[in-house]
Amino acid sequence: MIKLLYFARLREALGTAQEEIAMPNDVADIQQLMAWLAQRGGAWQEEFTGCRPLRAAINQELVDNAAAIRDGVEVAFFPPVTGG
Amino acid sequence: MIKVQHEDFDAGAEMARMRMARPDVGAVAAFIGQVRDLNEGSKVSGMTLEHYPGMTEKALEGIVERAKGRWDIFDALVIHRIGALKPLDQIVLVVVTGAHRGEAFAACEYIMDYLKTEAPFWKKEQNDAGERWVEARASDDDAKQRWSESD
Repeated sequence: MIKLLYFARLREALGTAQEEIAMPNDVADIQQLMAWLAQRGGAWQEEFTGCRPLRAAINQELVDNAAAIRDGVEVAFFPPVTGG
Repeated sequence: MIKVQHEDFDAGAEMARMRMARPDVGAVAAFIGQVRDLNEGSKVSGMTLEHYPGMTEKALEGIVERAKGRWDIFDALVIHRIGALKPLDQIVLVVVTGAHRGEAFAACEYIMDYLKTEAPFWKKEQNDAGERWVEARASDDDAKQRWSESD
């Protein structure tokens, strides 16, 4: 299983803050996970096909889209940050 | 030290505590961020700060550790507020102590530049037209970039 978290504008657009999914067979990195999520269609497709900037974190560390995903990790997706 | 909290903070008390923590402190540099009542032409009535519990603290600790590795400073404090805020509310405090001002100033600016671009906080503004998520600014990425150019 992997835990998925969504924040801020993305969380609202998807209507989901978090979920747990079985590790999909054809997913090995962030880019592939985004493509897998986009296949859900609707808002998922809009958000995960790269039109809007998204950041990703694995186990609470910022990563790029080539970062490998292993079973058991926590993956978060969110818009560019705007604190401070 | 890192604090992520709903409550307001007393910048003067925090600075005094850090200034008095050791007698070889010769410089205290600080930054306070405050909610403005105007953003991109819209009157702002308030905002909500969302964050990623756990990652926020880790990210801020990492930024402070990198600053300590880069400059000869004694200590650094970051307090960032979350939840509902209104104009004139304080959002963030960074305090850096060191022997001399140059290192303290630079480390304080470095911490803010990385906080703005890497710490997982998001602002949702309330204005005349309703609510909107604040968009990230390219100028914040540029501000961070200058630190890697000088490596």
